[in-house]
Amino acid sequence: MIRKDAHLIPKPFDPKIEQKPTRDGYGVGVVEAAKADSRVVVLCADLTESTRNLDFKKFFPDRFVQMGVQEQLLAALGAGMALAGKIPFITSYAMFCPGRAWEQVRTNICLNNVNVKVIGSHAGVSVGPDGATHQAIEDIAIMRVIPNMTVIAPCDAIEARKATVAAARLEGPCYLRFAREKTPVFTTDATPFEIGKATVLRDGKDVALIACGPLVYKALRAADELAKRDRIQCMVVNSHTVKPLDEATILAAADRCRAVVTVEEHQITGGLGGAIAEFLTKTRPTPIEFIGVQNRFGESGPPNELIEHFGMGVSHIKAAVKTAMARKRAGRLSLSTIMSKLRGVKTS
Amino acid sequence: MIASDMPHLHEEKVKNLELIANKLRQHVIRMVAAAGSGHQGGALGMADVFAVLYFHELKHRPKDPEWEDRDRLILSNGHICPVRYAAMAEAGYFPVKELMTLRRLGSRLQGHPERERLPGSETTSGPLGSGLGQATGMAYVGKMDKKSWRVFCLTSDAEHEAGVHWEATMFAGKNRLDNLTCVIDRNNIQIDGDTENVMPLEPLRAKYEAFNWHVIECNGNDVQDVTRALEEAKKVHDRPTVVIAHTIPGRGVSYMENNYLWHSQPFKPGEAEKALKELKDIEAKLTADHQQDV
Repeated sequence: MIRKDAHLIPKPFDPKIEQKPTRDGYGVGVVEAAKADSRVVVLCADLTESTRNLDFKKFFPDRFVQMGVQEQLLAALGAGMALAGKIPFITSYAMFCPGRAWEQVRTNICLNNVNVKVIGSHAGVSVGPDGATHQAIEDIAIMRVIPNMTVIAPCDAIEARKATVAAARLEGPCYLRFAREKTPVFTTDATPFEIGKATVLRDGKDVALIACGPLVYKALRAADELAKRDRIQCMVVNSHTVKPLDEATILAAADRCRAVVTVEEHQITGGLGGAIAEFLTKTRPTPIEFIGVQNRFGESGPPNELIEHFGMGVSHIKAAVKTAMARKRAGRLSLSTIMSKLRGVKTS
Repeated sequence: MIASDMPHLHEEKVKNLELIANKLRQHVIRMVAAAGSGHQGGALGMADVFAVLYFHELKHRPKDPEWEDRDRLILSNGHICPVRYAAMAEAGYFPVKELMTLRRLGSRLQGHPERERLPGSETTSGPLGSGLGQATGMAYVGKMDKKSWRVFCLTSDAEHEAGVHWEATMFAGKNRLDNLTCVIDRNNIQIDGDTENVMPLEPLRAKYEAFNWHVIECNGNDVQDVTRALEEAKKVHDRPTVVIAHTIPGRGVSYMENNYLWHSQPFKPGEAEKALKELKDIEAKLTADHQQDV
C-alpha cells in the first residue's frame, strides 16, 4: 500500500497523469532560492533555455553569468565566486558539467570545500535522440566518489524544485541531477523532502525497491502491478539523496524485506545500486538485483523506447523483484540445509 | 609607503625588499631540503615578486587572514608554494619555524596549498590552468558588489598550455575585469625542458592582447621593475592586466639558475648547503650596502 504520509497524488497510475521534466522543477526552484538568498547566482554555459535558466535570467539579470561553452571554467569560476561569498549554481548538461569539468569539480570545488551547486541537466539515456555523446550515465558515480560532495537525483519536477531550494540552503558542494524528458509528476508539495532522508513511498515485506530519479515512478508502478497480479508486496523507497545515503532507512528496508532491487537511470557500476551494495554488504548482507545500464553506452532513440531497450522498464523491474525473491528463498533454504546438517538431521 | 602615482621605490625600500627576497630564498632551500622534495626553481625565481606583493603591494592583514577588504592573491602554479609559505610566515601569518613542516604528515603546509588547512592561502591550487578561473570568479564578484579589493593571480608560463586558462582569459577580457592582475612567471622552463620546445607559448604578449588584456612586461627579478608593473596595472581601466615577469628560474643559486632540471629535483648531499652559502653571501653584501647607505 502506498503510504499516506508520502502524500502522493490521489491517482498516481492514472494514464492522464501530468508530465513534466525534472529540469522544469529546477527552473522554478532556483528562482525561489534566489528570492530567499541574494547570494544565489547562476552560471550558464550557452544553454539558458534548455537548462531552464530563462526565468532566473529574467528576474535576476545581474546575477546571471553567461559563460559560453566553457565548462571547465564554469566549475573553476564558480569556485572563485563562492570563495568571494556567492552561492553559484553552475549549470550545463551533466555530460559536460560535471562530466568535462570533473577535475575542477573535484579540486576547485570539493577539496576546496566551497559552496557551489553543480547542476547536471539532461542526465540519463532519456535524453533520447541526441545519442550517447550527450547521455550522461556515469555522473552519479563520478560525483559520489568525491569527499564533501552531496549527490541528489530528484524523482519528479516537484521534488526537483524542493531539492534545488534545499541545496541552496545546504552549506557546501552539492550535485543535482535532472532529466530532459517529461516524466510523471506523482509527488505533491506535501510529500516530505529532506536532503539525506530517503522517503518510504510504499510499504511491503517481500522486496525493497530502492530507486532514485524519475525511475522511482516506474518502481512504484512495478510494485503496484506485482501486488495486483502476483501478490508480491514491495516496499518502495525514494533514495533521492545518493550521498550521504540514508543508512537507517536502507537498513530498515533490508531488515524488513531481506531482498533488495535498486533502480536508477545510470550505469549499475558506481551509482545508487553500488552505494547500497557497499553499505549492505558490510551491515546486512542481502540479495540485491540491480536495474540500470549494464556497462554500455547509450544511443539515439525515443526516450521511452531507450528505457526499455536498456532494461529499465516496469517489466524489467518486476522480473528483478522475482529474481530477488527467489534468491532470498534459496538463501533461506541453503541456510536451513546447513543448520540441519550441523544438527545431524537428514534433509529432503 | 609610496603614493600610487610614484612608481619608483625609495632606495631603502628597494634594499629592504631585496633582503626579504633573499630571506625567502633561504627559507625555500631549507624547506625543500628538509622535506626531501618540492619545487625550488620557480620558487627561487619568484621570490622578488613575492617580496613586493606581501611587503609592499598587497592590502592585507596577516593576523586577520579572512579580512573582508583584503586583496586576494591566488597562486595558480601551486607547486611553487614554498616561497608563498615563506612570505606568509615572514609577513606574520604563522610562525617561521612552522616552515620546516613542509610536506610532512599533518602539516598545514601541504605540497600544494590547501585553503581549509592554511588560512590566508585563499584557495586550493596546483592543478595547472585552473587558478586564473578562480581568480576571475573572485574579480567578477568584486565588480558585482562594487568592492575596492583587487585580485592577483600568479601563474607559471607552462600552465598557459592548459585550455581552461584561456577560457578564463576570454571571460575576463569580455567582462573587462580591471580589478584583476595576472602575473606570469616567464622563466621559460617546464618539467620536460624549454617551454618553446615542449609547447611554444610565444607570442605571449600578442595572445593576451588578442583577448583584450593590457600587457606589461617587466624584469621579475628586479623589485623596482615589478613594483612599476603592478602600479601601472592599477591605473588600467576597462580591461584586466597581465604582467609578463621575466624571471630566472633558480635565481640566486649559481648552479640552479636557468637549469630546467631544478624545476623540482631533490637535493643531493651538500647541494643545499652550497645554495645557502651563496644566498648568505648575497645577503651579507646587501646588508653591507644597506648599512653603507644608511
